[in-house]
Amino acid sequence: MIVADRKSLEEILSMVKDYKNILILGCKGCVTVCNVGGVKEVEILASALRIARQKEENEINIDTNVIERQCDNEYVAQIKDSVGNYEAVVSMACGVGPQFLSEAYREQKFYPAVNTTFFGGAVAHGIWEERCAGCGTCIIHDFDGLCPVARCAKSLLHGPCGGSSKGKCEISKETTCIWDSIVSKKMEQGRLNDLLKVRAVKDWRTARDGGPRRSIREELTK
Amino acid sequence: MRLSYPSNIKVIQVPCTGRVDILHLLNAIENGADGVYVAGCLEGECHYLTGNIKTRKKVNYVKRVLQEIGIEPERVAMFNLSSAMGLRFAEIAREMDEKIKALGPTPVRKKEAA
Ligand code: SF4
Ligand code: SF4
Repeated sequence: MIVADRKSLEEILSMVKDYKNILILGCKGCVTVCNVGGVKEVEILASALRIARQKEENEINIDTNVIERQCDNEYVAQIKDSVGNYEAVVSMACGVGPQFLSEAYREQKFYPAVNTTFFGGAVAHGIWEERCAGCGTCIIHDFDGLCPVARCAKSLLHGPCGGSSKGKCEISKETTCIWDSIVSKKMEQGRLNDLLKVRAVKDWRTARDGGPRRSIREELTK
Repeated sequence: MRLSYPSNIKVIQVPCTGRVDILHLLNAIENGADGVYVAGCLEGECHYLTGNIKTRKKVNYVKRVLQEIGIEPERVAMFNLSSAMGLRFAEIAREMDEKIKALGPTPVRKKEAA
């Protein structure tokens, strides 16, 4: 899923400082699963902002709503009757949400309440980690299911680098050196020789380097 | 036991402190409470195993939120005591009452509807 973190209240407060009537719009997709922009988090943010503004004696009216997904126009269309009732809308979806909203409602202003960070999953309750960088040409089968593109700080395809120490990456003691994990797993399975394979230079045009991407499924298009 | 504790404290009963949510605490502050505290069972003695431990984390979350928006985080607190500790209950109530009185009234004032 797409993982995000909520922006600081200070930043969100400064985004809405000139408004007295806003909507906070959550999303039931990824940001609900990573507990940053679903029903609960929308209400918490609304309450925190109201408290802050009451304290400044500058009350703000905040309505809340949560739609199925902000990355699908059919759900974005569900707010068409109410979106005009506000001076601004704060979206708690990933970065896709405020963009779909801005495209659908040109006259309204949309603000992102979260910083969208990575594609990953929960490794423990309350802890999410990056697993994929969306490079467009998946090669993890060569690395026993461990992705060096997303999980090596240098995206090395022939690692590890000299900074690998005791299973940790040189960037931080908290970060696993994924190349240490890849090599260990290959050794465990007696397949270390796999890593001797000389691979062609990776074609990064399928990744972000090739510009914005698009997926088309002919059988579904109208 | 006829223990007295400050009469300005309003007790809200819940089946387990695990039921207390971040939103309950925030809403109390939003609606003008000067302070709010959770009295949970002793750690390790929750009938539902971890309700009190989870709620301590929620209380800490609310403290961080208040800190971020410039409100004294001490207005929100968590205590642990058993149902057999009536004396301690009254003592905590007095402690909290004194602490909040020292902080003064909440800066969160809703404009009275005209
Ligand atoms: S190789 Fe590319 S597509 Fe596959 S997991 Fe890594 S970043 Fe994602
Ligand atoms: S220490 Fe490991 S994970 Fe870190 S940059 Fe080097 S090879 Fe990559």
